[in-house]
Amino acid sequence: MDEQRRVRRERLRWHCRRALLELDIVFQRFWAREEELGDNDEAALEKLLALEDHDLWYLVSGRTETDDPQLKNMVERLCRD
Amino acid sequence: MSITVRTFDAVIVGAGGAGLRAAIQLSESGFKTAVLTKVFPTRSHTVAAQGGVAASLGNSEEDHWHWHMYDTVKGSDWLGDQDAIEFMCRKANECVIELEHYGMPFDRTDAGKIYQRPFGGHMSNFGEKPVRRSCAAADRTGHAMLHAMYQRNVKANTQFFVEWMALDLIRDADGEVLGVTAMDMETGEIVAFHAKATIFATGGAGRIFYSSTNAFINTGDGLGMAARAGIPLEDMEFWQFHPTGVAGAGVLITEGVRGEGGILRNSAGERFMERYAPNAKDLASRDVVSRAMTTEINEGRGCGPHKDFVLLDISHLDPATIMKRLPGIREIAIQFAGVDCIKEPIPVVPTAHYQMGGIPTNYFGQVVVPQGNSKAAVVPGFYAAGECACASVHGANRLGTNSLLDLLVFGKSAGETAVEELRKSPKAHKPLPQAELDRAMARVSRIDTQKGGASVHETQLAMRRTMQKHAGVFRFADLLKEGVERIGEVRNAALSTEIADKSKVFNTARVEALELENLIEVAVATMVSAEARKESRGAHVRDDAPDTPAHPNGRDDENWLKHTLWYREGNRLDYKAVKLTPLTVDTVALKTRAY
Repeated sequence: MDEQRRVRRERLRWHCRRALLELDIVFQRFWAREEELGDNDEAALEKLLALEDHDLWYLVSGRTETDDPQLKNMVERLCRD
Repeated sequence: MSITVRTFDAVIVGAGGAGLRAAIQLSESGFKTAVLTKVFPTRSHTVAAQGGVAASLGNSEEDHWHWHMYDTVKGSDWLGDQDAIEFMCRKANECVIELEHYGMPFDRTDAGKIYQRPFGGHMSNFGEKPVRRSCAAADRTGHAMLHAMYQRNVKANTQFFVEWMALDLIRDADGEVLGVTAMDMETGEIVAFHAKATIFATGGAGRIFYSSTNAFINTGDGLGMAARAGIPLEDMEFWQFHPTGVAGAGVLITEGVRGEGGILRNSAGERFMERYAPNAKDLASRDVVSRAMTTEINEGRGCGPHKDFVLLDISHLDPATIMKRLPGIREIAIQFAGVDCIKEPIPVVPTAHYQMGGIPTNYFGQVVVPQGNSKAAVVPGFYAAGECACASVHGANRLGTNSLLDLLVFGKSAGETAVEELRKSPKAHKPLPQAELDRAMARVSRIDTQKGGASVHETQLAMRRTMQKHAGVFRFADLLKEGVERIGEVRNAALSTEIADKSKVFNTARVEALELENLIEVAVATMVSAEARKESRGAHVRDDAPDTPAHPNGRDDENWLKHTLWYREGNRLDYKAVKLTPLTVDTVALKTRAY
C-alpha cells in the first residue's frame, strides 16, 4: 500500500474512535474483518464518520434509516456479522 | 535533541466537559489557551452521559443545596471531602444556569423553567424522600453540553489542537509544572507546550477492566502522566460497576430490563437472586446484584465455555412489551451478544463504569500532594478536573448525575484559579528543563526501536483480564494479593511493547502503545490500593470485611476513614485524612450508609 493510502486508512481508523462504546465495538469488528475498501468505500465511511455519535448509533442499530444509498450501503457493511 | 516549543498562558489536556469548561474561563479572561485532544471535542466520552446534571434549582418542588450535599456525602460513604462537596452543591445552580445561557437546550416545564426529574440517591430534607434534581436535555445531556461549550470556546478564540496526544508533564526541579510534551498524530512530531498553567481534564481509565462501559479513548492518559511525574493517585481502589454489561462487550443493559421482569439465571437455570435477596430478588440494589453475580461465577455456576458470565432472561416477556417498553435492547442484544433476547437470554457480567479516584486536587482545582508537614501542598502551575481528578466529591461511590456536575463545577473552578494565578504571575515563562523534554522523546523512541517486545494487544488483554478477575466488583484477599504480583508482571510487558509499524505519520499502533503505558499505571494503582484497604466501603467491597454489628457494611472508620495515595515510584502507598469539615455548615456526621 502506498504511503498516501496508508495514511488515509490510518486516519479513517482513528476517526472510528468514538464517544460511545457501542460504536467503538462495531468499528473494531469492521476493521477486524479486513474489508477491502476502495476509494468509494472510503469516501462513504468518511461521510458516515462525520455524523454525530448518537445519530450514527441509531443508524447502525436500525432505529433510524437513511435515504442516502452510499451511507445505507456502508451501514449494511458495518452491521454484517 | 531540540524540539519545537509553543508558548501559551494555559494548556488544557482533554476536550470533554471539564476541559471545555476550564477553557471558557481562561479564554474569556483574555488568556492564550491551548486545548489538546486525541479526538474532536464533541466526540469526547462526556457524550455518553445521558442521565442529566444535578442542581437543587427547585423548579418542580422544594430543594436545597444542603440536602444535595447530605446525599453526596452519604453516597460517598463518608469518604468524600465535605468542603469540596459543599462547594460543588452550592455552585451547581450557578453552573447549570450559565450553561443554559450558553445555549444548552435543557428540557422545559410548561412554565418554561428547566425540567427536573428524580434520580437514584437524590433526596429531599436529608434523606427523607426522592426529589426532582436532575436537569437533562432528552437522552443527550452530555452531548448537548459539549456542543454548547465548544461553540462558546470557538467564540472566545480557544486554540484547539485536535488529534494531538499529550505525552508527559513538564515539571522543573522546584516541582513546578511548566506544560506538557505532546505528539501531533498527523505528523508524528513531538512539541513542547510551554505554559504557566497546565490543566488535566483527560477523563477516566475504565479501559483497565475487561468489562467496561467506557469508550476506547478512556485510557487514563492524565493519570499516567501525573504518576510518571511523581504525583500520587488518590483513592484508585474505588470504581463504580454496573451489574449488567453485555459479556465480552461491556455495553450497558439498562436497569429497566429487570424492572420490566428480567430474571438473572446461573448455569443451572436457577433464579439465583432469590437466595441473595429474597424480597427484592432481581431488583435489589446494584451492588447487591453485582456481588451475587460474582459469587455465582466464582463458585463455578457461571455460563459459557469459561463459566464467566450469567444470563439475563426476558424471553418469558411478551415480545410486544419488550419492543415497546425497552426500546433498543433487542438491537443491543443482537449486535453485541449475538442473541435475540425475545427468544434467548443475554449473557451479562458486572461492568466497570466510573472511576471515583484520580489526581488529588483541592476544590480550587489545584493539584495537591504531600510535602513537608502538609498532606496537601499545591503543585504550582498544575490543575485537574473531571473524572481524572479526585477533589474528592464522590469518595467511595458516586451518585448518578453528579459526574456532569463535577466536571462543570471543577472545570470552572480550575479555570478561575488558573486565571487568578496567571494575573499574579511574572510576565516571563520559567525556562524548560531539557531533561524533561528528553523523557518524552525517549519514551516514544523506545517504542519505535524496541525489538523482541510484547504485543500491545495481548498485553492490554492480559491487563484487562487480570483487573477483572483480581480487582472486580467483589474482592477477595487472596485474589488481590495474587493480583498485585500478576499486574506487576503485566506492567513489565506494557513498558516493553513492540510495534510493527514504525512510520511517523498517523501511526495508530504507536498511539495505542503509548495509551497502554498510561493504562497500566492506573491498573497497578488500583490493584495495590485495593489490596491494602482492609475494609469494605462504598464501591470497594471485600469478602473478608463483611457486614457485622461492629462494622456495618464492613466499613471500618477507626482504621480506614482516610484517602489512599499511590506513588508510582517504589509502588508505595501513603494516606491522608478525609476532610470532614464543610465550608459553612456542620459536618454530616458519620453513620451507616443505608437506603
